[in-house]
Amino acid sequence: MAFLEVKDLQVYFPIKGGFFNRTVGHIKAVDGVSFSLEQGKTYGLVGESGSGKSTTGRAIIGLENVTSGQVLFEGKDITSMKSKTKDLRKDIQMIFQDPYSSLNPKKRVLDIIAEPLRNFENHSKQEEKKQVQDLLELVGLSPESIFKYPHQFSGGQRQRIGVARALALKPKLIIADEPVSALDVSVQAQVLNFMREIQDQLNLTYLLISHDLGIIKHMCDHIGIMYKGRYVEEGTKDEIFTNPHHIYSKRLVAAIPDINPRMREKQYRYRQEVQEEYNQSYNDYFDQEGLAYSLQSISDTHKVALPKRG
Amino acid sequence: MSNKLLEIKNLTTSFRIGDDYYAAVDDVTLTLNKNEVLGIVGESGSGKSALAFSIMRLHNRAKIEGSVLLNNQDIVNMPTTNLNKLRGDDMAMIFQDPLTALNPLMEIGEQIGETLLLHNPRMTQKQRKLRVIELLNLVGIPRPEYVFEQFPHELSGGMRQRVVIAIAIANDPELLIADEPTTALDVTIQAQILDLIRKLKNEMNAGIILITHDLGVVAEMADRVAVMYAGQIVEIAEVHTLFENPLHPYTKSLLNSVPTEGQDKLHVIQGIVPSLKNLPRKGCRFAARIPWIDASAHEENPVLHEVELGHFVRCTCHAHFYFSDESKEDEKNGIS
Amino acid sequence: MWKFIVRRLFVTFPQIVLLSIIIFILAQMMPGDALTGLIDPNIDPAAIEQQRERLGLNNPWYVQYADWVKGAVQGDLGQSFRYKMPVTELIEQRMINTFWLSLLTLIFTYVMAIPLGIISGRWNDTWLDRAITGYTYIGFAAPLFITALLMVWIFGFHFGWFPTGGSVAPGLTPGTFEYFMSKLQHLLLPAFSMAVITTVSTVQYLRSEIIDTKQKDFIITARAKGAPESRVYNRHIFRNSLLPIAAFFGYEISGLIGGSVFIETIFAFPGMGKLFLDSVLLRDFSVVSSVVLIFGIAAILGALLSDIILSIVDPRIRIK
Ligand SMILES: Nc1ncnc2c1ncn2[C@@H]1O[C@H](COP(=O)(O)OP(=O)(O)OP(=O)(O)O)[C@@H](O)[C@H]1O
Ligand SMILES: Nc1ncnc2c1ncn2[C@@H]1O[C@H](COP(=O)(O)OP(=O)(O)OP(=O)(O)O)[C@@H](O)[C@H]1O
Ligand SMILES: [Mg+2]
Ligand SMILES: [Mg+2]
Repeated sequence: MAFLEVKDLQVYFPIKGGFFNRTVGHIKAVDGVSFSLEQGKTYGLVGESGSGKSTTGRAIIGLENVTSGQVLFEGKDITSMKSKTKDLRKDIQMIFQDPYSSLNPKKRVLDIIAEPLRNFENHSKQEEKKQVQDLLELVGLSPESIFKYPHQFSGGQRQRIGVARALALKPKLIIADEPVSALDVSVQAQVLNFMREIQDQLNLTYLLISHDLGIIKHMCDHIGIMYKGRYVEEGTKDEIFTNPHHIYSKRLVAAIPDINPRMREKQYRYRQEVQEEYNQSYNDYFDQEGLAYSLQSISDTHKVALPKRG
Repeated sequence: MSNKLLEIKNLTTSFRIGDDYYAAVDDVTLTLNKNEVLGIVGESGSGKSALAFSIMRLHNRAKIEGSVLLNNQDIVNMPTTNLNKLRGDDMAMIFQDPLTALNPLMEIGEQIGETLLLHNPRMTQKQRKLRVIELLNLVGIPRPEYVFEQFPHELSGGMRQRVVIAIAIANDPELLIADEPTTALDVTIQAQILDLIRKLKNEMNAGIILITHDLGVVAEMADRVAVMYAGQIVEIAEVHTLFENPLHPYTKSLLNSVPTEGQDKLHVIQGIVPSLKNLPRKGCRFAARIPWIDASAHEENPVLHEVELGHFVRCTCHAHFYFSDESKEDEKNGIS
Repeated sequence: MWKFIVRRLFVTFPQIVLLSIIIFILAQMMPGDALTGLIDPNIDPAAIEQQRERLGLNNPWYVQYADWVKGAVQGDLGQSFRYKMPVTELIEQRMINTFWLSLLTLIFTYVMAIPLGIISGRWNDTWLDRAITGYTYIGFAAPLFITALLMVWIFGFHFGWFPTGGSVAPGLTPGTFEYFMSKLQHLLLPAFSMAVITTVSTVQYLRSEIIDTKQKDFIITARAKGAPESRVYNRHIFRNSLLPIAAFFGYEISGLIGGSVFIETIFAFPGMGKLFLDSVLLRDFSVVSSVVLIFGIAAILGALLSDIILSIVDPRIRIK
């Protein structure tokens, strides 16, 4: 039994129009996505902007109405909102992309972090304060910060407040949507180290959504690549980075900037080559609508979206 | 003809907090040549954007001292009418935050067209529209005719960022300041935008200041790199030198923080960046972040030293610097 | 946009129906009824009862409501028991008077508020701005009726520049130029008095809107394009700050209604506001409920107007 299993997930957003605001069409934000997470591991979700990564994450945690498909958490079906019991909501937490807008500016840090605690656990004021201070220390903020407001922190510090809030209930699964994209490198390193540390300590599972393939490479065991609401490739870190099969994955991997300035020319030429290959073989990898085909296994762990042979 | 495009001398930009002024950019001296990309990296809050804004003189209320010469014209003391002729034409800027940089009540086409209108009043409306659509194509926006009439809130963050870029490159500026131009974009679009900037440099002979905290982008794009910490330049060098022989403890730490192959734990710089008001104004500003280094290693009044041709480092502490966890290893090794 | 407007109209209709029901119920709940103030209390109760029967006052409420609505739609709002004439007739001339008074007030309000707000917002924290904000504070603190009384006293009695009562000098023939000028002269002082107060909120709103917009990032983008300050203000700051003001326009109407009650009473101006107060004091309920109904409809239509304006000027609503 997989820890978290997503089966053929579809999330469509209605396009409203016409006189009475009827639904005239759909945006297929997530269009048939399946994957599963192993406990204690990190699964990376990458892909072009607007490919439905955030929507997938939000659908798992129940912030989005699922059009069809299933989400199983420890074997229990948690697809519909109603089936999400208190415990489940405790077990899955989310860290959001934007540290600026995800924190209520009118609340003190104490109240922000304590909010989930208050919903789920009964603590005296003293205990609660102590717990929040411990959490702040865990994420590297001074315990005196509890009476400050979000605007008094830098972006990195705000993101750490978000992490502290997500950790407050000791969840089993954390969905981290671009958790460090607003931070500078050293703070990024700090948050990432810290995420790994607590992963080991608490046997956490992460679903990590990010644009930054360097971070994905550093953090993840398995990776899924999305394009226009569908999967184009899935595999282990090594399979994806050293042996990408799908042309879009190749393009993505080729686009990663190299930290060694001496590789510049080589990288540039490689990128040109991939671009040419992309232009030439586009029709082999995408159907008439420009969407990816369904996944075919090419090894135990490696799956690529290719047209059915025959 | 000189190859020098931009010359910044002893630039200090101070903001007023309460009754006093605090320098966010502190005595920065830099040059930028034509056909050159200067990367600027540094911690959040180190004054990168403040420096960029000073070059364009876009600060509302800030005290600016020192001089900024663009093609030998002094920007700091120039009358506004002359300045307006340069802004958007000879020098342009890509802003950090695409979500707020566009007027919410103006069509995209009009916002890009405005910069054309201001500098080419002769252009007909039709020519302008054609050029705007060309620009939208250049930055990789699909269906430009349609986007032309859309409003910012109808576009995704990445698309808005590309609109901001289109505005900046509309008049083929000689100086382009790009403040985190690709942070909001995915890597394939990032690669495309960086290509565009490279093209501007190669074909138009433009000088580019590229501010970013993505060291990979710097490694790919920059000819020279300046590293800023707490308002000052702490190291500046040619790109290969900087990546292969970084000297300043901050530069070393920064490079060490980047995830690379087979690294388990990323390096983290101790402590936090002090706020503008609490910046140490005396001695080595980085000293507090490397407390294990003996105080005598630092200069009393750190200045930039030219350690080799074109490679400058502030303070003498770099000669005595080691990473703290390494030090323990070393000690152990020393004992055994 | 048309879709939005038409949809918005669909909401307006039930609003008006609801309003009419509420007014009707309130009128029913008032102590006494139409007859109470009219009839000598010493009269034989059986006779009163007979009267009530004749007027339909004993019918169940929904029948009375239906009668009332049917009448109202046909322009019959009942009889004023005080003035002994149909309410419609009573209201007609006053409604026209109040309409002109409101229109002039609105014109005064915007003529004063927009320049003041712009000056105050553009050059904020200068002495000019301080003077203007000073005025808004005073205007905010001083109740309308005190201002109005002061105006009457200074310009009406002391200088004698303006008449202090009525809506037109007696003895003039409608349609002549003198008649028109006299009407206008009677309107100026009350309209101005009211505008002095209503301006305040618009000035304050516009000022803070401009100061807010000035600090937006897209203003920096405009400057970075090389736009001169005048263009930055005209194209970006004012345009963006005036839009919400324009949308406010319809809501102003509810404010005017409240104001007209005081102003018309103080200036003895024969309009809806004065009629309202008089009728309340005289317990002329059929008039009161008719006036409230008309005021209510005006306020609802004002809100409708605001939303329509907003949908025209703000693209963020327009596309929905
Ligand atoms: N509430 C919504 N209503 C309508 N469309 C939506 C909504 N949320 C997302 N979408 C659309 O669904 C698609 C997927 O969006 P999503 O935010 O999941 O992308 P993403 O992969 O997270 O992109 P990014 O990398 O830019 O964050 C996009 O086309 C987006 O415009
Ligand atoms: N208008 C202002 N008034 C007062 N302080 C300011 C102002 N603008 C910037 N600062 C301060 O000046 C310092 C430098 O800010 P700046 O925006 O230049 O940093 P940065 O290096 O661009 O950081 P980031 O990577 O987060 O964009 C910060 O401490 C900031 O808080
Ligand atoms: Mg997203
Ligand atoms: Mg910045």
